[in-house]
Amino acid sequence: MPRLVSHPDEVKIVTRRFGQGAANIDRYVELGGYESARKCLANGPDYIINEMKASGLRGRGGAGFPTGMKWSFVPKVSAKPKYVLVNGDESEPGTCKDHLIFLHDPHSVIEGTIIAGLAIGAKTGFIYLRGEYRYLIEIMEKAVADAYLKGFLGNAIFGSDQEFQVIVQSGAGAYEVGEESALMESLEGKRGVPRIKPPFPAVVGLYGGPTVINNAETIATVPHIFAMGGAAYAAVGSERNGGTRLFGISGHVERPGVYELPMGYNLKKMIYEVAGGVRGGRELKAVVPGGSSTPVLLPNEIDIGMDFDQVGKAGSMLGSGGVVVIDDQTCIVEFAMRTISFYQHESCGWCIPCREGTDWLKKSLTRFHAGFGTMKDIDNIQYLAENMMGRTFCPLGDAAAMPTLGFVKKFRKEFEAHLDGKPCPFAKHVDLAVV
Amino acid sequence: MSSQETMSIFSPQLAARFDALVLKYPLKRSALVPMLLYAQDEIGYISDAVIDEVAHRVGITPLDVRGVATYYSMLRFKPAGRYNIQVCTNISCMLRGGYDIFDHFQHKLGIGHKGVTADAVFSLEEVECIGACCWAPAIQVNYDFHDELTNEKVDQILDDYRTRAAKGAN
Repeated sequence: MPRLVSHPDEVKIVTRRFGQGAANIDRYVELGGYESARKCLANGPDYIINEMKASGLRGRGGAGFPTGMKWSFVPKVSAKPKYVLVNGDESEPGTCKDHLIFLHDPHSVIEGTIIAGLAIGAKTGFIYLRGEYRYLIEIMEKAVADAYLKGFLGNAIFGSDQEFQVIVQSGAGAYEVGEESALMESLEGKRGVPRIKPPFPAVVGLYGGPTVINNAETIATVPHIFAMGGAAYAAVGSERNGGTRLFGISGHVERPGVYELPMGYNLKKMIYEVAGGVRGGRELKAVVPGGSSTPVLLPNEIDIGMDFDQVGKAGSMLGSGGVVVIDDQTCIVEFAMRTISFYQHESCGWCIPCREGTDWLKKSLTRFHAGFGTMKDIDNIQYLAENMMGRTFCPLGDAAAMPTLGFVKKFRKEFEAHLDGKPCPFAKHVDLAVV
Repeated sequence: MSSQETMSIFSPQLAARFDALVLKYPLKRSALVPMLLYAQDEIGYISDAVIDEVAHRVGITPLDVRGVATYYSMLRFKPAGRYNIQVCTNISCMLRGGYDIFDHFQHKLGIGHKGVTADAVFSLEEVECIGACCWAPAIQVNYDFHDELTNEKVDQILDDYRTRAAKGAN
């Protein structure tokens, strides 16, 4: 069972019901659950969208797009049915926040889905979880069944004339399916390859109908926004970055865990105070601030607020909020190799720059780490990564190229230390099998 | 009863689950990905017979099913052990000793990546991020998570599953 952590600086909004048995529907209701859905049902779509816009909530999957605005793009009238899709494919290395949401507060996801459905005029919502999360899928399925029994889902939700159905869907192992259009393909029973955009999902999405797709954390936040009011939620965060974020701090820290902190919370403080500092009193070497696809930050770059804009200004991304802390005993070349090896494995093969690029990068970095690199390889790695950027249908190519560029640019000396058959200064795992 | 139904390799429970599943979606084919996984849970792997039966039930060709099935990393085309051990070595786990854990499993079981023990009790896989980064290093045994692992905990886990296997339990 994943351990829950706590720190006085936390502002518990989304995690408010964690550890309180809220997977039980009666307990959830006792803790104020489903009140927001009732309120939204009574007040209608315009109220919902205005309140969402006021909340300043931005997509928690990584892109940080304003949720209220996303919902407002869905056409009011549509010949085809509209859909709400919840992306619980959580697969970005360094990210495990949705895991806890499904485990501790499954009804918040259902309630958020209902509200999104009311906002856009959809009658069906899908909650898609990665296949590895089977025990969480079972928790979600139980929660959905209970919500049907209570009449919170079904043909007449909360005794109204409105219909809303929720279906929990299992994936079967694919990082790429976390990309919104690939997830729709998977949900239509196909290989999870991305679709070309435009058209965007808000116009042509699942089964060709207008679709809103949001990350599970985004959706789980929605009921809380209506419980506290959009403006009050926005006030918790920093400028243009409403509310809190579930930051998953992993790697070389004393107290790894998922902490709910206000948007804009200082990264240095997050590592040294909230997570207890670098493990064993060692020196900090680098921080990956928002999941494996976000460019690495150096120790002198972490005195920044953790919101979409400030991390962007520092040359990286807030991404999924997965903060990976790396100490001075770690080989960055090996870390880069492991990162790119993941993207190589997960590239769906649809776009050539990504399929071939990740493959070449993996081969180069593996050879490099084994001590068989040349000076030219360093430039080649950079050249390859630069040529993948922006040249693929979906962001997976960028997700592989961006961190690679960061590693090479910021740790060039360490790459050079691996030249001329010199053993890795940190050598532990040198995999020659794929050279 | 059609001949296909009498020849079904699905248990009545799995067949019923499938029948209920397809009714949920606007499009029958949406049941395909989860159904393949549920079929694998029961039969052990995606055999040719599974592909044929799923194709028939969804109303698409076996080639279509195979094309989709080969995309998803959890689906396998040969049997695994009764307990399939999936060791995450991705960055967060790597930083906290994921590779040492993987090495320890290899040593204890005498098999490597994608290997199956001679008694078919265990199989081993190195896998990508399983979403347990803050509780690293982590593994899954079938669908069960085990986290914050040490070599001692690994030994205990193997003993526990061996005991379960001896009792004939899942």
